[in-house]
Amino acid sequence: MSRSRHKRFDGFQRLLLLLVICLTTLLGTIIWTIPGTPSGLADAVALFQEHSGVESPVTAVLLNFRGYDTLLEVMVLLLAVIGVWSLAKAPFSDQMMDANPVQIGVVRLLAPLMCMVAAYLVWQGSHLAGGAFQGGAILGAAGVLMLVAELPWLRGIPALPLRIGLVLGPLLFIGVALFCLLLTGDLLGYPEGAAGWFILLIEAACAISIGLTLALLFAGGRPAGEAPEKHNPASRTGNGGRV
Amino acid sequence: MITTLLYSLTGLILFAMGLFTLIIHSHPLRKILAVNVMSTGVFLILVATAYKPLGQGDIDPVPHAMVLTGIVVSVSITALALILACRMQETSNLDLLGRKKQSKPTKEAGA
Repeated sequence: MSRSRHKRFDGFQRLLLLLVICLTTLLGTIIWTIPGTPSGLADAVALFQEHSGVESPVTAVLLNFRGYDTLLEVMVLLLAVIGVWSLAKAPFSDQMMDANPVQIGVVRLLAPLMCMVAAYLVWQGSHLAGGAFQGGAILGAAGVLMLVAELPWLRGIPALPLRIGLVLGPLLFIGVALFCLLLTGDLLGYPEGAAGWFILLIEAACAISIGLTLALLFAGGRPAGEAPEKHNPASRTGNGGRV
Repeated sequence: MITTLLYSLTGLILFAMGLFTLIIHSHPLRKILAVNVMSTGVFLILVATAYKPLGQGDIDPVPHAMVLTGIVVSVSITALALILACRMQETSNLDLLGRKKQSKPTKEAGA
């Protein structure tokens, strides 16, 4: 890599640099000439804010006005996990690490606290900044922390609860969407007055799924106790049994 | 106004740097990082566009919502891309660093 860094730019790279600079200048000019007060959708959102069931405008946009968008984005997360699981197995090392007591202590202290903060963020999403994605990110960070500390019970987690946790958010989201379709005739058209509770329900389920998704993506593969080798405890850990 | 402009132009420069790196480097890890830098630039531009000084009306929540979901989606897509890059490293004859492996085909390549 250091080779290419010290190499002088050849003709193609110079041309490319020129083109990128041209593009940047063009885009910069566009940004420069954007009117000072862009006519965004802020007024439209503010107009329908009280019908959305939540007080935070961002949450209202995410889960009410553009709920369909968010539904699809949750699906993208699920697809990413499915892709990762189909490609690789979680690379847990075979030998037990000597756990650092300080690390274990920090994880024991932080992980429950992070779960609490995540729950608070989801709850707060209805009136302030917060919501499913922020709460999910904190949950995911807690999962990553536990994975990094290599807690021994993590590798024994069976796959089924993980799968259920992963699809909990998307399934509940679809369920609510279809329920609203039956009730009001619109996909994700929440019934008047109950929107806030539906949004909280979706956010709680999605936060769990998003957190689990992020932590499992960090783990980098399907859990070791998968279906084919379910009854073979020897191949449960690591990718030693991989051919 | 000047704040918005500053953030937007920073985002633009990040985008341009990412684009340049994306094209000239062949290493998948660099490409993944470049795409991430590009997406960060786009997020910065989006958030900066929605910025309003305190007391001058509400923020525009639509770009905020888009960036919020975009960040989580980009993290998960990065993870998928990294796994794909690892898989490529395992299964291909060529090392990702451009060096040729010494006539030692990997197990997967033969299968």
